[in-house]
Amino acid sequence: MCVKQVAVLGDEVEFTADERDVDPDYLDYALNEWDTYATEEALRLCEAAADGEVVVVSVGPEDAEEAMRRCLAMGADRGIRVDSDAWLDPIQVARALAEVVRAENPDLVFAGVQSADAVQAATGTALAELLDLPRVAVVTKIELGDGNATVNRELEGGVLDVVEVDTPALLTIQTGINEPRYATLRAIKQAEEKEIDVRQPGDLGEPAYQVKKMFVPPKGEGAEMLNGSAADVAQKIKEIVEEHTG
Amino acid sequence: MSVLIVAEHLRGELRPITLELISAARELEGPVAVAVIAKDPSALTDAVDVEGVNEILSVKVDQEEFENDVYQQAVERLIGQREPQVILLGFTVNSMGYGPAVAAKLGLGFASDVFSIDGAAGGPVATRAFYGSKVHAEVEFPGHDRVMLLLRPTAWPPAEGAGSAVEEEVSVSISGSLARHKEFVDVATGDVDITTADFLLSIGRGVGDKENLPQFEELAGKMGAILSVSRPLVDQGWMPNSRQVGQSGKTVKPKIYLALGISGAVQHLAGMKTSGTIIAVNTDPEAAIFSVADYGAVADLFEVAEELEKLY
Repeated sequence: MCVKQVAVLGDEVEFTADERDVDPDYLDYALNEWDTYATEEALRLCEAAADGEVVVVSVGPEDAEEAMRRCLAMGADRGIRVDSDAWLDPIQVARALAEVVRAENPDLVFAGVQSADAVQAATGTALAELLDLPRVAVVTKIELGDGNATVNRELEGGVLDVVEVDTPALLTIQTGINEPRYATLRAIKQAEEKEIDVRQPGDLGEPAYQVKKMFVPPKGEGAEMLNGSAADVAQKIKEIVEEHTG
Repeated sequence: MSVLIVAEHLRGELRPITLELISAARELEGPVAVAVIAKDPSALTDAVDVEGVNEILSVKVDQEEFENDVYQQAVERLIGQREPQVILLGFTVNSMGYGPAVAAKLGLGFASDVFSIDGAAGGPVATRAFYGSKVHAEVEFPGHDRVMLLLRPTAWPPAEGAGSAVEEEVSVSISGSLARHKEFVDVATGDVDITTADFLLSIGRGVGDKENLPQFEELAGKMGAILSVSRPLVDQGWMPNSRQVGQSGKTVKPKIYLALGISGAVQHLAGMKTSGTIIAVNTDPEAAIFSVADYGAVADLFEVAEELEKLY
């Protein structure tokens, strides 16, 4: 289970002095939404098999353990954090994860399709390449077979591609594949006791890109705003609807 | 800048993203080659022969439909042979399955969900969003002679105009496919077809709870609208996929699109931004939906819905 603690930007933003990132004071942090679904799916597969262990791996600073603890509270068994405080591109993250994941020799590797903050949809597939694993991206259903799995790949426009993939494999998990469980208070407490092993990354190579400049997007013409009370807004909506449907 | 585009097709039809990639490539002012990887590439070459394409590379493979390993091996071979400076793929589910693998293996510069490219100064500079689309960033690729960019669907218009590309057959031997296409399943078409509606009342995460849905179904009925939803409501299992607007759901173009409690994720906007008149109600004045709306109101959707109930 590869997970990420994502940054959430509020209504206000200031940039760092070099204008290449957002000032961290303006960021909150959370477990990536896709990763909650991936964790749930891993737990369900182990529960169905009445066997197995779910190991959560992540790349980030010590604070990122908060997101990992969320997964541990859901029921994952233990965690491994690759320590890094640097801005990494998704291929570098894959390199940081590869060594740790390889050493665990897992039957299945899950990652979220993408992270909510950077939306790159790349780490899982790059990791599969580095591990030399078969892979399917954007999975919404998994049926395990013997030496393979039959999975649904969610294409654009409401079409599913049913794919047979050899296992071990890496799958990137899409939201909606299941209904992630809530951790009980007791489980959250117990998760504090679970082991998170910390490793140092090896050589992560040259970055695949570098941020040159970050900025607030220029506002387009934007919408004509309807002001006033809810009743005023409703009245105006009715008028607009009548005008355009006629 | 020399550009290699990988065409996308499904069930024998070219996907619209391919022509959008060609539009983007034209801005880079280099020779543009489009690779068609298919069992019968000749069935698709006419569709990609549009203005601005210099070469069409036909790559004949055994597989009718997309498979990760087939595309990965073919594209790696093409990059090795043609040495393009820029490789353009769609930021699509297919590309997500092999693009990052090619970039990791060949050590390419890489960026995804790119919606603007500047090819003027030395290497390409790509623009993409970070932090939930609230900020944009220009990214560059120092130290990389070759850069793979996955471009956001609908960010460029489809390329048009008659082409005069040269066709070349490229033979690539594919050694095994570890994730094999079996069949396609169309997600059950529901009771209504939201793509033909003139008036959609669309609701999102803002409705908060499943118990609130009947209220909006009723309101849509009263207003003469069809109810549609954004992805989170389908993920929760509250509404069927057939009602979903967005990239993974349906692309809609009603005369009126009334969005209540939809913040406007990129994938949602791609599915509705060409609607006739868009009205958005959201409590967050910074919600991205306002950037594509014609009319907006920063208001509580339940209060507005209640008032609308009274008027119809």
